[in-house]
Amino acid sequence: MRILNEVSLDVYEGETLGLVGESGSGKSTLGRTLLRLYDADSGKIEFDNLDISTKNRRELRPLRSKMQMIFQDPYSSLNPRRRIGDLIADPIRIHGHASEREIHVRLRELMDMVGLSHSFLTRYPHEFSGGQRQRIGIARAIALKPKFIVADEAVSALDVSVQAQVINLLMDLQDELGLTYLFIAHDLSVVRQISTRTAVMYLGGIVEIGMTDDVMHNPAHPYTAALISSVPSHDSIMSKSPRIKLQGDPPSPLMPPSGCRFHTRCPFATDKCAAEVPFPHDVGSGRSVACHFPIS
Amino acid sequence: MTTASNTSADPASKVPEAEQPNQFNVQIANGEASSAFAQKRLFQLRPKDKGNNPRGPWKTAFSRLLRDKLAVASFVFLAAIVLSTASATYYADHISQTDPFQSNLDGQIEINGDPAEIMAADSEGLGLGVTPIGPTWTGQYLLGADAQGRDVAARLLYGGQNSLIVAFASTALCLVLAGVIGTVSGFLGGIVDTILSRLLDIIWAFPIYLLAISLSIVLISTGLQIGPFHIPSNSLLLPITIIGVVYVPYVARPIRGQVLTLAKSDFVLASVCLGMPTARILVRDILPNVVTTLIVFAPIMMSLSILTESSLSFLSIGVQPPAASWGTIIQDGQGLLYTRPLVAIAPGLAIIITVLCLNFLGDGVKDAFDPKAKLRVGKG
Repeated sequence: MRILNEVSLDVYEGETLGLVGESGSGKSTLGRTLLRLYDADSGKIEFDNLDISTKNRRELRPLRSKMQMIFQDPYSSLNPRRRIGDLIADPIRIHGHASEREIHVRLRELMDMVGLSHSFLTRYPHEFSGGQRQRIGIARAIALKPKFIVADEAVSALDVSVQAQVINLLMDLQDELGLTYLFIAHDLSVVRQISTRTAVMYLGGIVEIGMTDDVMHNPAHPYTAALISSVPSHDSIMSKSPRIKLQGDPPSPLMPPSGCRFHTRCPFATDKCAAEVPFPHDVGSGRSVACHFPIS
Repeated sequence: MTTASNTSADPASKVPEAEQPNQFNVQIANGEASSAFAQKRLFQLRPKDKGNNPRGPWKTAFSRLLRDKLAVASFVFLAAIVLSTASATYYADHISQTDPFQSNLDGQIEINGDPAEIMAADSEGLGLGVTPIGPTWTGQYLLGADAQGRDVAARLLYGGQNSLIVAFASTALCLVLAGVIGTVSGFLGGIVDTILSRLLDIIWAFPIYLLAISLSIVLISTGLQIGPFHIPSNSLLLPITIIGVVYVPYVARPIRGQVLTLAKSDFVLASVCLGMPTARILVRDILPNVVTTLIVFAPIMMSLSILTESSLSFLSIGVQPPAASWGTIIQDGQGLLYTRPLVAIAPGLAIIITVLCLNFLGDGVKDAFDPKAKLRVGKG
């Protein structure tokens, strides 16, 4: 099954790139493909000027410490049979040449960074709440001092107050450690809060990418506009664009529509949209849109 | 009305999230007035005092098992059966004072001072046959004698030894084989998985007893040659191997499925992402989670093994004479069913009790290790 189609994406050092789109649009697949957890059928992935798309599992191992992932489900992402201390120390034991004493110090440092008590280190995952588990997952991800982290719906499973805490933690860690994030979410308000740039995905392709403020205030792609107008808000800060309601479900990625993949649900679609695939083109200020008739 | 301020469910007095234990003692206090309100306290919710001792998954499962009274009782029963069969030699030497592997057709014993023939001549019919002595309910020939004048009680203990050894060893063999095959198959996938799965399918395609009986009949005449090792046909290793092997697919399949799920789980993906070597992922992430499934299978497989061993022995293709097992004793008692039914009934009862206990224990172990049972309110 073809999930991602003709995706081209650059992530710059130190930024947070938000990736939004509805379920099944391929956000998580894109994130995992970047980390080579899934294999791409074709194309090229470069990390730090190094082509990683041709490396095998063994060759990738030393690079793993540079790029990490935070998972959506804080329950299934921690092995229930291992203590928190071991879960976080394992990557350090594998990659570093640290003594057990140094690891012990590092573990305490990491627990301080994510705001958890040192006494948790000897406990098992089942004793913790979702928010705490997510902090444990973050501690594990930053244990190897990575440059790049894919946060795959990292806060979607948490309740709103905990969401805010975890987002603040992620932003603090970014300042402290100079991290680059690919922040995957379906919640626009979360993405607006954390991302410098935002990319919008629909049915396996990126339809629009640009600075978060630009994308949120002046969506150029009809799908972005629809997504933004679907967010309930008491003021009109999010968007001045007209309300667009989408009808029906997204088409199956098994049989994607011809031409523009969005044309079956797009209110502005013409015959051209059904016939020709729109390629992403620059519309100024680092903004790129894949639409024949972008909203201006 | 409930006095909410006394309970830790009240947000103001809530224990910090981190310290929240996952077990609560709920007490319904009767008629005791709380200090602040002159009202009757209806509910009282207090966290259970549990020191700073983290409870791992093993401890949790074990303490849950200890709360299951039926499982604990079954375990005690099983321990008693194991201990009594282990004392078979002592029983034969000091209490029964006969050799249970030697026929004793013209022996005599004393019952309350009166001499009694072990094989008494029939008084009915033509008077040609002999009937073994019935249960004496005292030291010697407690449960009577079998057709060859051997002490049934002593044989029951020796037979139990063999039945339990065969059941235990074949279960161990089955679980190890199934664990390895299932894990390798599920984890490596591809051609390895295909070959192993088809091999299992071949075993699976046979009805268990048909396969066990066929293998036994073939191997009992020649013995089994595995490389340089030869298992003679009268060895206990033969029924152990046969019973162990025929049940492998029934355990290996679920293990393979579980490993497939585990291999795709987020925490394994996290380990891959952290650059863990494959061997370490297998040992740290996959195996510990598979071991619980094997433990859950153990009592059930053991009860199945006892039944299979008894059936094979009953058909003379399991444990070979002069050694006994519960199955062979039932066979011995078959001809005496109308005159001395206890010879067949006693080992039958032993099998039933052992199998029942194993099944109860198996249920308890399953509940204790099944994570879905976690939310169940403890009975104890």
